[in-house]
Amino acid sequence: MKYLALIYDAEDQGPTPGTPEFEAYMARWIAADKAFKDAGVLVGGEALEPSSTATRVRVRGGKTETMDGPFAETKEQLGGYYVFECENLDEAIKYAAMIPVDESGTLEVRPIMDLSHVG
Amino acid sequence: MERLQAELAAIMRDDWGRLLAVLIANLRDFQLAEDCLSDAFTSALEHWPRGRPGNPQGWLLQVARRKAIDRIRRAKTRAKLQPDLAYLMALDAEGVEATHAIPDERLRLIFTACHPALDPKTCIALTLRTLCGLSTLEIARAFLDKEATMAQRLARARAKIAKAGIPYAVPEPQAWEERLASVLTVIYLIFNEGYSASAGEAPIRHSLCDEATRLARAVDSLCPGDPEATGLLALLLLNHARSPARLDAAGAAIPLEDQDRSRWDQDRVREGLSRIETALRRGRPGPFQLQAAISAIHVEAVDFESTHWDEIALIYDRLLELTPNPVVALNRAVALSFAQGPAVGLTSLPGGLDDYQSFHAARADMLRRLDRAAEARLAYDRALALTGNDADRLLLTKRRDGLDAS
Repeated sequence: MKYLALIYDAEDQGPTPGTPEFEAYMARWIAADKAFKDAGVLVGGEALEPSSTATRVRVRGGKTETMDGPFAETKEQLGGYYVFECENLDEAIKYAAMIPVDESGTLEVRPIMDLSHVG
Repeated sequence: MERLQAELAAIMRDDWGRLLAVLIANLRDFQLAEDCLSDAFTSALEHWPRGRPGNPQGWLLQVARRKAIDRIRRAKTRAKLQPDLAYLMALDAEGVEATHAIPDERLRLIFTACHPALDPKTCIALTLRTLCGLSTLEIARAFLDKEATMAQRLARARAKIAKAGIPYAVPEPQAWEERLASVLTVIYLIFNEGYSASAGEAPIRHSLCDEATRLARAVDSLCPGDPEATGLLALLLLNHARSPARLDAAGAAIPLEDQDRSRWDQDRVREGLSRIETALRRGRPGPFQLQAAISAIHVEAVDFESTHWDEIALIYDRLLELTPNPVVALNRAVALSFAQGPAVGLTSLPGGLDDYQSFHAARADMLRRLDRAAEARLAYDRALALTGNDADRLLLTKRRDGLDAS
């Protein structure tokens, strides 16, 4: 089964690029990436630019409406994701728990819908 | 026909969980397994009058599997998630298992039903439904919930297990600790459902108490050294020991003060006391050990009057710190009413239990002991209106009507 692990965290967290703290921070993510690859569970994953760069788009009556910003004014924002291929939820939870998000962060693990048998 | 229905009802009560656990292992689908097992029971009503099978449980399993094969064949869209048809057909070809050959998969079922990805209330409801075969209505009553709400909760849980890929397995040792607490709570609530059934004529469903005790024993042996697992087993044994003395010939509940203590099951008392001593020696008291310690004080008392109610009230204080909830506070108030008098008990009653039968029954008893007959009568009426089983109804009626005589 494929699982999506969404990473939510406060955006003002994290060290400044160029500092040794940042190097250590990045090293943790690179190590996690490698661990997922070595275990053969990594399907994909990306980090996102901050939510201040987000644009809302909706189509109403054939017209495209474009707006600034994210939907919710919550402290925790979607900051990135991984997609894992796992045997079951317990395995997906095990790998999600290895994502080096800060202790303030939360991960949401969702199964990806299997549409291979449709149509 | 009536005898047959009674027999089927007995099999459903005693073997539902065990049969369903095997079917879920075969089918990997909670909903499909439950639907097919229900179908099999319906089939039995139709077929058994023409010849009852020699091995009813094996027959039900085989029919349920065939129903599953039919359903899987009909539902072609399930392609990827469907159980393995070839495997099911191979099982079917092996014929009817002897009852003793049906494997016990219930521990897998209980750990899956208690997965932390489900919320605790759902875990409890699902275990009662799947392992104990309680109806949705009975579970709803135990939770003071509406039947439709409970049905929805169960349906969502089954769908989540299937869609989220919650495994049907006993967890790895590193996940054990986290999963154990909710498993123990579930077993405890199963026992309570058997000890004071929420509805119907059988106020003490011994099979549920036995089932819960068996599950507690299994978990305790799989988790040696965990004081709470042992504490739960001790608690269930000590409470179950009192079962033979809890009903009179007319089926009315007998309150603790009037119970014939010589009828308490001494084997269970002995084992329960030795288990709680073992657990407490480990020096990590938890809610189940504390409750077992309270039950131990009850069974060690020669009679009601010489019970160490002050000690019991102290343990309730500690229990309330660990698990602050109004039902514990209610039990503490009852203990205080015997340790320090009904007036103290009355002022210690917690709020928030207005729809809870035991609250009104306890309050009524305290008022009766204070000779406040008119208020006691109203409280008994309120308790009676909330009572789902005949044993409690008979006792409460007797006490209410006794108010006239005094």
